[in-house]
Amino acid sequence: MIRLLTPALVILFFCTSMMAADSKLIRLATTTSTENSGLLSNLLPVFTKESGYKVHVIAVGTGKALRLGKDGDVDVVLVHALQAEKDFVDSGFGVKRYPVMYNDFVVIGPASDPAKVKYAKSVKQAFQFIKKSQSLFISRGDNSGTHKKELNIWKQSGIQPDGSWYREVGQGMGKVLQMANELDAYTLTDRGTWLAYESKVQLNITHEGDSSLFNPYGIIAVNPERYPDINFAGSSALIDWITSKSKGQPLIAEYKMLGKQLFTPMVD
Amino acid sequence: MDTLTDATLQALWLLLSGDPTIWGIIGISFRVSTVAIICAIPPALLTAFVLAHFRFPGRKVLISIFSALLSVPAVVVGLTLFVMLSRQGPLGDFRLLFTQTAMVLGQFLLSYPILVSMSLAAIQAVDNRAWETARTLGAGPIQAFFTLLYEVRFGLITALLAAYGRIIAEVGASMMLGGNILEYTRNIPTAIALETSKGNFSQGIALGIVMVLLSFILNAFVHSMDHKTHTANL
Repeated sequence: MIRLLTPALVILFFCTSMMAADSKLIRLATTTSTENSGLLSNLLPVFTKESGYKVHVIAVGTGKALRLGKDGDVDVVLVHALQAEKDFVDSGFGVKRYPVMYNDFVVIGPASDPAKVKYAKSVKQAFQFIKKSQSLFISRGDNSGTHKKELNIWKQSGIQPDGSWYREVGQGMGKVLQMANELDAYTLTDRGTWLAYESKVQLNITHEGDSSLFNPYGIIAVNPERYPDINFAGSSALIDWITSKSKGQPLIAEYKMLGKQLFTPMVD
Repeated sequence: MDTLTDATLQALWLLLSGDPTIWGIIGISFRVSTVAIICAIPPALLTAFVLAHFRFPGRKVLISIFSALLSVPAVVVGLTLFVMLSRQGPLGDFRLLFTQTAMVLGQFLLSYPILVSMSLAAIQAVDNRAWETARTLGAGPIQAFFTLLYEVRFGLITALLAAYGRIIAEVGASMMLGGNILEYTRNIPTAIALETSKGNFSQGIALGIVMVLLSFILNAFVHSMDHKTHTANL
């Protein structure tokens, strides 16, 4: 069987070796929030037009995105988990972290608000109310930036989230909002994805504005010293463009959903 | 109910108005699955022929391995190839992960056992006389091989359609190996999964309609081929 497969593999390899060696191609691993909110499909065509680089977006959770960068399967990562990003750079997998933009996390829940989360004074208290009333909570459960943030809040609230009210679903942000909508559940989401979905679901923001809900995004080129054939020139061009005051940054500020700005650029 | 009707109407409009995104996705699906099946046919036919015509130690084991492979879930094939093709894997130097080639490889591996098992059954169903007659009449082994294939052509086409139906509708391996990259590795099944999670039901439904039509057409072909095989054998 191996002998039979080998010629096929060689042929296939020839078909795409040209593509793989294509220096005009950048592979970007990013989170579902930048993709599901529609931001990247707004930014990247402009970048491609101005620079000639084509960007292949692989939208996964932050954990998986960093893993792909670590393994050298992508050229650059755009993620939101500050500590994990620092570890990524410190361990030599990434070159340097550049701040790109931020938004914040919000707690979403059913309009009836059975846990009375809207009376909570902090996000910690909001989570305590949810646990106390045994209201359904949907967790990403996928090691994404949002998931890490959520686990952190549970930890700070002194709660071990388990039991039938706590559901880890292992899905992207959009899917989780839909599930929360179908099940009348609470969840934690980034504001960008929330604004993109707000009109499609019967959920409300039940808690927002806590300083610990700040959600910064960073972009990191995978280290070419570790993987010499990685497209470092391409990822540098993308980083320069997206953090540029005259190019990527104003486009991020201009991107709106139903008249509301989804992300705030970091460089001003 | 209203949203469903609206979404379906929008879906039909997307298809009929030739929406470039939708048709691009459909194109990718067909291109990837067609390349995969074309690559899989020659080795699969050869394997089936060898298994049908030669007696060698381990033949029975091989046959049962191929029929066992029929039921290996696509996600497992996807996972195995992902580990192999990742930078850290044994085939990592080819840099094939998240390319159409990786999807083709996955679909190749999924279709190969189906093609082998079903062609083997087809070849074994006709008696050996086709091969022997061809050889007696002076045909070389290669010519006799093609004569035999021609004799069982309806069974082979059934195998081909069944394999094609499996790989074009498959989502797990395509998602893992292709990465669902827009205009490159986003095919019909992965797009349906994504659009549904984004709440864009009309796009999901439009692509779903294409899939359902396709499976009806493939099935109709399989049935008519079955019928032809039976009449040919009478």
